[in-house]
Amino acid sequence: MKSIKILGLILLLGAFGLFNVLFFLGEFKVSDKGLSQFIESKRIKSEVFIKDAQTLINQSFDSPKDLSAKILSFAERSHQYHRAKINDLEAKGVDQSIINTEWGKVIWLKAIKKHGDFSYPLVKASGYGFIVDHKVLLFFLTFGIGIIGGLMFVLTSFALDGPAGIKNNGIFQNQATNKGWIAWSVFGYLIWFYLLLYFFPDYLVNMIYIVDPISEILNGGSASQWFLYGFMYCVFMIVMGIRMFIKYRHNKYQIVRTISVLFFQIGFAFLIPELLVKFNLPWYDFKNSWPLNYTFFFDWNINQLLNSGNIGLFMLVWGVFLAAVIVPVMVYFYGKRWYCSWVCGCGGLAETLGDPYRQHSDKSMKAWKLERYLIHGVLVFAVLMTGATLYSYFSESKEFFGIETENIRFWYGFAIGSIFSGVIGTGFYPIFGNRVWCRFGCPLAAYMGIVQRFKSRFRITTNGGQCISCGNCSTYCEQGIDVRAYAQKGQNIVRSSCVGCGICAAVCPRGVLKLENGPEEKRILEDNPILIGNDGVKLRED
Amino acid sequence: MTHVAIIGNGISGVTAARHIRKNSDFDITIISAETDYFFSRTALMYVYMGHMKFEHTQPYEPWFWKKNRIDLKKGYVHSIDFDEKKLNFKNGDILRYDVLILATGSKPNKFGWKGENLDGVGGLFSKQDLDRMEQFTKGIHRGVIVGGGLIGVEMAEMLLSRGIPVTFLVREDRFWGNVLPKQEANLIMRHMKEHHVDLRLNTELAEIIDDGNGRAKAIKTMGGEEISCGWVGLTAGVSPNISFLKNTKLETGKGVLVERNLRTNIPDVYAIGDCAEFRVPLKGRRSIEQVWYTGRMMGETVAQTITGNKCDYTPGHWFNSAKFFDIEYQTYGLVPPNLSSTECEFYWERAKDNLCMHFIYDRSTRTFLGVNTFGIRLRHHVLDGWLKESVSIDFVLEHLKDANFDPEFYRQYEEEIVEKFNNENGTSIQIRKKSWKRILKFVN
Ligand SMILES: Cc1cc2nc3c(=O)[nH]c(=O)nc-3n(C[C@H](O)[C@H](O)[C@H](O)COP(=O)(O)OP(=O)(O)OC[C@H]3O[C@@H](n4cnc5c(N)ncnc54)[C@H](O)[C@@H]3O)c2cc1C
Ligand code: SF4
Ligand code: SF4
Repeated sequence: MKSIKILGLILLLGAFGLFNVLFFLGEFKVSDKGLSQFIESKRIKSEVFIKDAQTLINQSFDSPKDLSAKILSFAERSHQYHRAKINDLEAKGVDQSIINTEWGKVIWLKAIKKHGDFSYPLVKASGYGFIVDHKVLLFFLTFGIGIIGGLMFVLTSFALDGPAGIKNNGIFQNQATNKGWIAWSVFGYLIWFYLLLYFFPDYLVNMIYIVDPISEILNGGSASQWFLYGFMYCVFMIVMGIRMFIKYRHNKYQIVRTISVLFFQIGFAFLIPELLVKFNLPWYDFKNSWPLNYTFFFDWNINQLLNSGNIGLFMLVWGVFLAAVIVPVMVYFYGKRWYCSWVCGCGGLAETLGDPYRQHSDKSMKAWKLERYLIHGVLVFAVLMTGATLYSYFSESKEFFGIETENIRFWYGFAIGSIFSGVIGTGFYPIFGNRVWCRFGCPLAAYMGIVQRFKSRFRITTNGGQCISCGNCSTYCEQGIDVRAYAQKGQNIVRSSCVGCGICAAVCPRGVLKLENGPEEKRILEDNPILIGNDGVKLRED
Repeated sequence: MTHVAIIGNGISGVTAARHIRKNSDFDITIISAETDYFFSRTALMYVYMGHMKFEHTQPYEPWFWKKNRIDLKKGYVHSIDFDEKKLNFKNGDILRYDVLILATGSKPNKFGWKGENLDGVGGLFSKQDLDRMEQFTKGIHRGVIVGGGLIGVEMAEMLLSRGIPVTFLVREDRFWGNVLPKQEANLIMRHMKEHHVDLRLNTELAEIIDDGNGRAKAIKTMGGEEISCGWVGLTAGVSPNISFLKNTKLETGKGVLVERNLRTNIPDVYAIGDCAEFRVPLKGRRSIEQVWYTGRMMGETVAQTITGNKCDYTPGHWFNSAKFFDIEYQTYGLVPPNLSSTECEFYWERAKDNLCMHFIYDRSTRTFLGVNTFGIRLRHHVLDGWLKESVSIDFVLEHLKDANFDPEFYRQYEEEIVEKFNNENGTSIQIRKKSWKRILKFVN
């Protein structure tokens, strides 16, 4: 059994290695057709750029980076050329329409988005040779073998780890789970990958090619970096979800909850949106609620939905109803767990891929303070940004209190949408725990947290005086809640940040904690100094 | 300002300090030779097993003590001058007190076995014991554990978590025979075998054999069998850690002798927790109670008395809990290892899933007296309420769903349990739906 596990690990590492080797391989040649499609789709009118780009035709590159650099430098050059020309024309005082035509030729590159927005499509269209010709084979050798290896690795735990029960043995003695060199390597890798994904997707095209066949089946088109990401997301969640099924096979709450997050991720966040695209409808994730889904009220999204007939209209109404009614009502009845650890994609990844790292959340009072500032700060930011967006949408003014709406959106998208939720949110897993984003950043979590704290039937009940202050609950709380601080005082845990993962209750060796929904009466117990079981102490009335 | 000195930074001493702070401005000093900060002794096993780091077992962050003006002093008190109200430390320091609380805890029992002080032999009580165990169990091929109680089974789990095979010597004919009825003991022994513990009942340690370099290499049983091993765990109970108090004015027996109000024979000196021995045991209880909860309650109580609200130690109904490998155990009320003639039992078990419940009630009045539950969690408030109200066994079973504390979606067995009871006793108890109203009645 042990050797099967090791073999699984070897296969997994081999497949993962190959996947990453792809990054350094590949052959690229811009074709006539590729270039003209690119020029057409980007509506490029700059003859300077087109002339430059044509020199690329049939020129071979052996790395997407080199090709990308060329494309961007041509774009840059053409930008400067046209801007200079405009200055020239303006100085000469020629007719405005001529100047306007010249303006139309200017290619605008946004520093951090230029790879994704500009060079990516042309690079993606230019690959040829082994990788492009053997997508299915490479898919099997990377994802296929990786999945098989991963499953061998996790499934053998069933036999190796003994009878069902909490098996956290060695977590704080292992290089992978105790911030050792393995954890730091994973940390570095994840950050690198996320930075590429968000800001340099054109460097990843070799990896994207191999999921083209699946993309074509699902949405009829070739894969984008987001398709690769969505697909990998599902694969990781499935394999690590199976690990959860084995690890918590004695705990039905964990099993049902894991099935639920897998279902919502695979169905709602991946398959349904891709199929919608196939039927020429907008990509739409029905469970992704504003303000986590911060682009929902962006003009392009609203316009796209409004232009998509009745279904689009339904999506628009549904999105508003979800955020305004379903979310708070569900939090009232079940706590925010219904979303955070049953439905949400971020939560889903945290609870599967991130489970081995949950013990790294910071439990200190300082961290709690920081959490309250940050998460509510992001909520305020999200609300203001959405307000500005809607204001601009309806008033058709580009500014909101003197700040360009587009700028606010850009910074939100960059700082919160990409860096915080992605690079930090997942990249930090191995060192800072699996819910950094959910705890410190997610505006939806902040919103639901307020409801959960003040108006909800959910609580974690403490079982009288049974706590022995061992600390397992606090250690394994991914949200950094010092559960023990409440349990040892006989108080129920009512905290806005609790995502109801149920792990504190699972790891408690004395059966002290129970997540439950009940009457609001006596939900929050006062800070009662004398615990149940001590009948002798009658407190003075003072 | 009154200065309260507390020797011992365990649960009892720390609880006392916290409650004294709540009710007064007294100066408070907590003294310990063991660690800088209070930690949860019950969690030592999880440090060895890698579930936690040692600092995770500390319930309070370091700033807590400063904020609450509780001074911490590390050092060993080697004698006490009760007349001058002075503590003498091993390093020569002296500390004066006005009120003294002795909360010195326990130490593992040793019975004068040959070889009991060799390297590779140890109990499990203190942080130092844990460090020794860490040091001496590296790379060994087997551990032998002597003494079949709670700490023994914890030590077995610890060693097995690192792949070290375990032989477990139990003097009695069943595991934890002075506490568990035979049904439960059997269930646990089956489970230990599932975990490949080599369990030897009716087996006593004769001696521990030296390898010639002062380290244990094997043990010999009374039956003459030699078992080769690299670690010998001595877990045959604990006794009060009071040797430094012997032969002083302080009256001691096995522990420091105290009255109901936790006073010793010397004014302004109190004893609480594992080290206290009641001159007159409370009804139905032992004179020394070495558990976490009683230590905490004594701490709560003595703090009231010291701050002017004189209280007797009056624990409510007994409760306790433990975990044996993967099986959680809770008990409420009194479930004796052997029934007396006035008691009746009802036992339900689901062997396949390692679940059981064992109810005890009065033969003539049918009053519910206690329950052991394995693998199913019960709600403390409800059980405590039922015991206080002296409800009948029939009432308990009828409302058993109120008491269930298992996580959501777990399979519930109340119907099955009640059906078995009805079949065995010719009753026709109908189980009721869970009622929040009834549950919350017991919560204040
Ligand atoms: C491994 C293990 C598991 C356990 N599990 C459970 C459980 O699951 N449930 C349960 O209810 N109970 C359990 N117990 C028992 C429980 O931990 C004890 O009853 C409880 O910790 C006793 O607390 P205390 O405050 O009386 O003393 P202690 O916690 O023993 O504290 C006494 C302190 O005083 C110090 N001290 C003593 N003498 C001096 C001196 N002269 N100078 C300076 N310092 C001194 C000691 O070094 C020690 O630090 C367990 C015990 C052990 C060892
Ligand atoms: S308190 Fe418990 S249920 Fe809530 S997030 Fe922490 S571990 Fe999960
Ligand atoms: S895990 Fe359970 S016993 Fe341990 S500190 Fe938390 S609530 Fe208390």
